[in-house]
Amino acid sequence: MIAEAGLAALWIAAALAALQAFLGLGALRSGGEQLLRAVRPVAVAQAVMTLTSFAALVWLFWRTDLSVKLVAEDSATTVPALYRIAGTWGNHEGSMLLWVTILAIAGAAVALLERRLPERTLAATIAAQGVIALGFFAFLLFSSNPFARLETAPAEGNGFNPLLQDPGLAFHPPTLYVGYVGLSVAFSFAVGALLTRDVGPAFAKAMRPWVLGAWVFLTLGITAGSYWAYYELGWGGWWFWDPTENASLMPWLAATALLHSVTVLATRDGLRAWTVMLAVVAFSMSMVGTFLVRSGILTSVHAFALDPRRGAFILVLLALYIGGALALFGARIATVAEGNRFDPVSREGALVVNNLLLSVILGLVLIGTLYPLAAESLTGEKLSVGPPYFNATAGPLALILVAVMAAGPVMRWRRDELAKVARRIAIPAVLTIVALALALLLAPGLHVLPLLGLALAAGVAAASVAPLWKRNLRRTPFFTWGMVVAHLGVAVSLAGMASESAFTKETLVAARPGETVTVGPYAVRFAAIDPLPSGNYTAVQATLIATRGAGAPIILQPQQRTFDNPPQTTSESAIATRWDGQLYTVVGEPVPGGRWQLRLWWKPFVTLIWAGGALIALGGALSLIGRSLPRRRAIVESSGYARFG
Amino acid sequence: MKAKNQRLVLALLALAALVGAALLGMSALRDRASYFYSPSDALRDHVEPGRAVRLGGMVEKGSLRREADGVTIDFRVTDGAATVTARYTGIVPDLFREGSGVVAEGRFTAPGRFAADTILAKHDENYKPPELAGNGMHETGSLKK
Repeated sequence: MIAEAGLAALWIAAALAALQAFLGLGALRSGGEQLLRAVRPVAVAQAVMTLTSFAALVWLFWRTDLSVKLVAEDSATTVPALYRIAGTWGNHEGSMLLWVTILAIAGAAVALLERRLPERTLAATIAAQGVIALGFFAFLLFSSNPFARLETAPAEGNGFNPLLQDPGLAFHPPTLYVGYVGLSVAFSFAVGALLTRDVGPAFAKAMRPWVLGAWVFLTLGITAGSYWAYYELGWGGWWFWDPTENASLMPWLAATALLHSVTVLATRDGLRAWTVMLAVVAFSMSMVGTFLVRSGILTSVHAFALDPRRGAFILVLLALYIGGALALFGARIATVAEGNRFDPVSREGALVVNNLLLSVILGLVLIGTLYPLAAESLTGEKLSVGPPYFNATAGPLALILVAVMAAGPVMRWRRDELAKVARRIAIPAVLTIVALALALLLAPGLHVLPLLGLALAAGVAAASVAPLWKRNLRRTPFFTWGMVVAHLGVAVSLAGMASESAFTKETLVAARPGETVTVGPYAVRFAAIDPLPSGNYTAVQATLIATRGAGAPIILQPQQRTFDNPPQTTSESAIATRWDGQLYTVVGEPVPGGRWQLRLWWKPFVTLIWAGGALIALGGALSLIGRSLPRRRAIVESSGYARFG
Repeated sequence: MKAKNQRLVLALLALAALVGAALLGMSALRDRASYFYSPSDALRDHVEPGRAVRLGGMVEKGSLRREADGVTIDFRVTDGAATVTARYTGIVPDLFREGSGVVAEGRFTAPGRFAADTILAKHDENYKPPELAGNGMHETGSLKK
């Protein structure tokens, strides 16, 4: 019953999306103004129906209704409660339903909250949101129905992938999806503004909070995903340039560029065409990411779909939406008047460099990610593109970008003088050189990228707080704080990455209980190894006692877990976090002679990587608050405004 | 900018950046993409030693041997027609076993001898390296259809 209700709600939502697109576009015609009135409630109703459908699926998973095919395939009654719920989006159909649900909620949020856009542009925006939703509803209903029943319900389900049974991971996809799909709003704004030819500061100011919000979630999602891969996979790495990681990085790069160019448009009315283009590109990257991850052409923990028709379906949607938006851009952009000019040496100039570098990095990541697919389909040649390519191409550019980031915020809008800018960043520049000299002296033989990374991180950290210099901190606006915190986060994260790659110590041995192994500054005693039965798996747990100098001993207990349903082994790393780094331990297989494989890492300041990511997101959140406050006042002033008018 | 057509200049800059990205990307791909070889391909093509490549096939039954240090293994990768001896130091991923499919990243040290840096992990029992799909050499035992 619940499954059928969920499916019905999905059909109704799809019909409402079609109605929303029709009404929104109708409102653009002359004489269609009264249709405007209906657009907002329809968008809200569409979100309510989609949410109902999603709630139905969560309920089916929660109750483990095994007569539903999806539940039987991806869950079981023995799966713990949290993962029965998270299991809803731990599979292809469910995650696509979550995707559409967030899309519908984003559309409804625009309909309910957006007060800055001119009515016509808003109608076009909501219509665009409806058109996007319609395609993905079709995808769900025709090729990925999550509510399909089995003729006979099995006695027990297949279970849930043990690798995904982790509290952090349960909330990683929803966070990332809010970011991905939040960018659809920027896309729809761009399409709306192109349809009404209304590209200007008002449009940029209206779009900025949505971009900021999506970007904050993307940043959090990527940071959390990186930490998950780090501790859950047990390989000691924090970024693998896996296509699915790239799929989340690409929208982030585009959104970061958009975030900066939209500020130029809002503040100085410059970069009109470029900003609209970026808004289109950012969500296109989200869709490309969805296609890559969900089409099954990549094999990874994320690739659920193995049905080529689904891949083809998403590919067609992708071509329609991206192609359509680009065609609209090409047809309309010449009629959008050029914005304000600026001097090459100015805040705008620095932001243009930022945008160009981000675009080039995005291009490089895109090429590296798609090349293996293109090569295989064109020549049949099988190859993979991994860290050597990405580090060599994106790495140096990212460092240049970070260096520009140090100078940009201390430059004036419109026009500045190089000599003055140089004076303003003199202290950070000196700090960078001192740090470089220190690193060369104290740790000779470092590779170029970590070396430059360490030096730049010191300078950029100083430069990022420079905008606060001689300012009354209490009267500094939130969005300035946001920029400072986010840029500081980049420096912190860079320091962590450079330190991790420069100073990590690794030990790999087979040891008997009672033996002591050293890694970095730690002596690690292998105290015991015990079986440990638990819930839906059985584990073998090693007890390691690590001591550094005269410090208190740290007890670490890494495990090997064996799940029975589905049958699979996972290694659970044990990590001890200290202020200056992490001790990371993994236990492997037993080997002859009563020995066990132990892999130990000492990773100095590795935590800065994710602390920096969290700071970047915090900076975005502060900016969002800063940018939303004036609007809240405006709503209060116009409280007589009809809510659905 | 003093120039009349700043938009044109910016558009050209953007174009130059993208072309630059494409050129940089393609040239980096030429020497940094790692190609996939089956043992037969590798022996036929004489892969130059030291170049980063991927080797895929089956772990031959009865070929897995562990060195005295407890963390280094030697095994043979076969595709039925040819065989390559591989050596790996580290903790092997879950589900790495004899008679099962494997993809190893590393380099050839000599014809027929492979030093693996990484053994690609299978995420679950349904995983099949795309390179092996359709060769019918993957151990089945999947719960799903």
